[in-house]
Amino acid sequence: MKKKLTTVEFHGTKEQEAKLLEIIEKYKDTKGAMMPILQQTQEVYGYLPVEAMQIIARETGKPIEEIFGIATFYSQFSLNPKGAVSIAVCLGTACYVKGSGDLYNKLGEVLGLEGGGTSSDGKFSLEATRCIGACGLAPVLTVNGNVYGRLTTADIEGIIAEYR
Amino acid sequence: MIRTHVLICGGTGCTSSGSMALKEALEKELEVKGLTEEVKLVTTGCFGLCALGPVMIVYPDGTFYSMVKPEDIPEIVEEHLLKGRPVTRLEYHEKTGDHHAVTSLSETTFYKKQHRVALRNCGVINPEVIDEYIARDGYAALGKVLTEMTPEDVIKTITDSGLRGRGGGGFPTGRKWQLARVIVQDGGKKYVACNADEGDPGAFMDRSILEGDPHAVLEAMAIAGYAIGADEGYIYVRAEYPIAIQRLEIAIKQAREYGLLGNDIFGTGFNFDIQLRLGAGAFVCGEETALMTSIEGNRGEPRPRPPFPAEKGLFQRPTVLNNVETYANVPQIILKGADWFASMGTEKSKGTKVFALGGKITNTGLVEIPMGTTLREVIEEIGGGIPNGKKFKAAQTGGPSGGCIPASLIDTPIDYDNLIAIGSMMGSGGLIVMDEDNCMVDIARFFLDFTVDESCGKCTPCRIGTKRMLEILDKIIDGKGELEDLDRLEELARYIKAGSLCGLGQTAPNPVLSTLRYFRDEYIAHVVDKKCPAGVCKHLLRFVINEDKCKGCTACARVCPAGAISGSVKNPHSIDPAKCLKCGACIEKCKFGAIEKK
Repeated sequence: MKKKLTTVEFHGTKEQEAKLLEIIEKYKDTKGAMMPILQQTQEVYGYLPVEAMQIIARETGKPIEEIFGIATFYSQFSLNPKGAVSIAVCLGTACYVKGSGDLYNKLGEVLGLEGGGTSSDGKFSLEATRCIGACGLAPVLTVNGNVYGRLTTADIEGIIAEYR
Repeated sequence: MIRTHVLICGGTGCTSSGSMALKEALEKELEVKGLTEEVKLVTTGCFGLCALGPVMIVYPDGTFYSMVKPEDIPEIVEEHLLKGRPVTRLEYHEKTGDHHAVTSLSETTFYKKQHRVALRNCGVINPEVIDEYIARDGYAALGKVLTEMTPEDVIKTITDSGLRGRGGGGFPTGRKWQLARVIVQDGGKKYVACNADEGDPGAFMDRSILEGDPHAVLEAMAIAGYAIGADEGYIYVRAEYPIAIQRLEIAIKQAREYGLLGNDIFGTGFNFDIQLRLGAGAFVCGEETALMTSIEGNRGEPRPRPPFPAEKGLFQRPTVLNNVETYANVPQIILKGADWFASMGTEKSKGTKVFALGGKITNTGLVEIPMGTTLREVIEEIGGGIPNGKKFKAAQTGGPSGGCIPASLIDTPIDYDNLIAIGSMMGSGGLIVMDEDNCMVDIARFFLDFTVDESCGKCTPCRIGTKRMLEILDKIIDGKGELEDLDRLEELARYIKAGSLCGLGQTAPNPVLSTLRYFRDEYIAHVVDKKCPAGVCKHLLRFVINEDKCKGCTACARVCPAGAISGSVKNPHSIDPAKCLKCGACIEKCKFGAIEKK
């Protein structure tokens, strides 16, 4: 999965930085702690800003290249802030054979976010996700974690309208 | 006095269809009616019938309600829980049967042929209460192992049972444990690890076990720890499984409080504790060496084997790594004996296997069947067949590493060796059913797209070879393919399989190879006739208006973004194929079903 650095300016606060330092401190003696540190950093900032990775590098003594390597390896880590309305379409096999690919394309078209991404005003973001386990409701998508199931492309406009 | 138990499914499937709102409504209504002392609500793990969610069962009578909405709750409470008259309109009716409600769940064709070992507590107990697990013989196996058996006895029992790895590979579990047992490096640390990184898209067996019966996995890991001489365990679980993670955390905490994890378990001097590690969305981490590299805090790239994990695993120490479902079988084997387990299944595949049924099938959900059950029984009987009167085309097992099984092989008994012989594999248990509307070239492309995305990049044949295969498939789907492309696909597949270090690369070409083997005619239709028989591949389709059905309402012409549709009011319209973008907007708008894809 290709990951690009964000063009959005960094707006980290002092509070967030204090939390980050706390997390690093907590895992100081744990073997193989980089994954939990990055996971919790992402919870603090909503994504993984380079600025935060620099702090982690400084505090743990790990080279920033190595940390960046981990952050780009795993699909859970996002180098970009998500939109206020975050839409994820399940492209697991069960959903795909029932047409979730069409839902994804339709959303891309409606939101002007073909192939996923975040809109320039930061309102919407669209991503394809792996199986979320709601195969009984296939095809499904989630909006800010709320599950919408048994969909057709005709339902898309209505769902977006709820959040516009 | 509690006189009635109401079990509500709290698995991911039912939670997604609103079971928690149901639970809240029920709690409130019981409060209103003053029944909180008489009726007990139990949130359980997955019942299996995810397509009917949210589901609930009322005991002692066993009434099974499906697709319940919060507004149905007052009626259920008033009529059923207060007056004892089940609400028949909400009861589960089997579509195949004679339309009367079933009196017991085990009578339904969905459950009749199932045999629940790994799932025995799912949908039965509250996974967040350790006492419920203990009441179902929980931790009795650990007690028996620690007080009555030597580590060698334990390994012999597991070996004799014939249990094989349920993650897909099918390696004999007893032998794995034996290898880690006999390695004495320096008398130092060994590890037990659990692979709960269920990345196969469309598979949710392990998640359901963790959500429905987390203690079974903890107990089995402690047993494995005793058998190989380890005192520390790691569970590597997908971060995308929030409910499973939460229940595991609760289970570990409760087990520690009860002294079932920690130091001096059952006063025998045996120590064992378990830590959770969350994955971060990398399919390759389901591979054993990559998983361990990831737990160590690195990019999850696989390592060459040998040395095998039994020798140098986690943190370079001897390690036993098993999958969730494998562990879930262990306590039962210890309690009921190797012979009991070996009496189920086929000659070389013992016991049962859990499958996640998905795709074009009526009863989407979770099933556990004895090995040797045929695909036909699973799809037509347990799964309730293909919906909407469509024809069964293929079943896909083994996810991105597996293959498609065509209708002609539907009577194959399912076991490890049979599935490999027909070009697929058991895999972790995803079973996706496809009907005549699914294009097999498109499905092969879907899986390859997945592996291209998930290849870690370490081995060139996997990283670049899969990408080249994907480009060829794209070419075919775009109508630019030639017959030689099919040979090129097969040639590349051979190189990728031979030149990749880990299971991901070695199996990545399988979806293409198996569809080429069984659905070659579909590839040829794409390449030679430039047609997609299933009507999926857009570039090979032509949109036409059926003049007999068209009423000339102009709706299609107005919605067409390319201005490709022309015609006057109340007269049949037509589509200019040169302008048509094949976006499908007209099909959605047409109220008369007059626009066809050819």
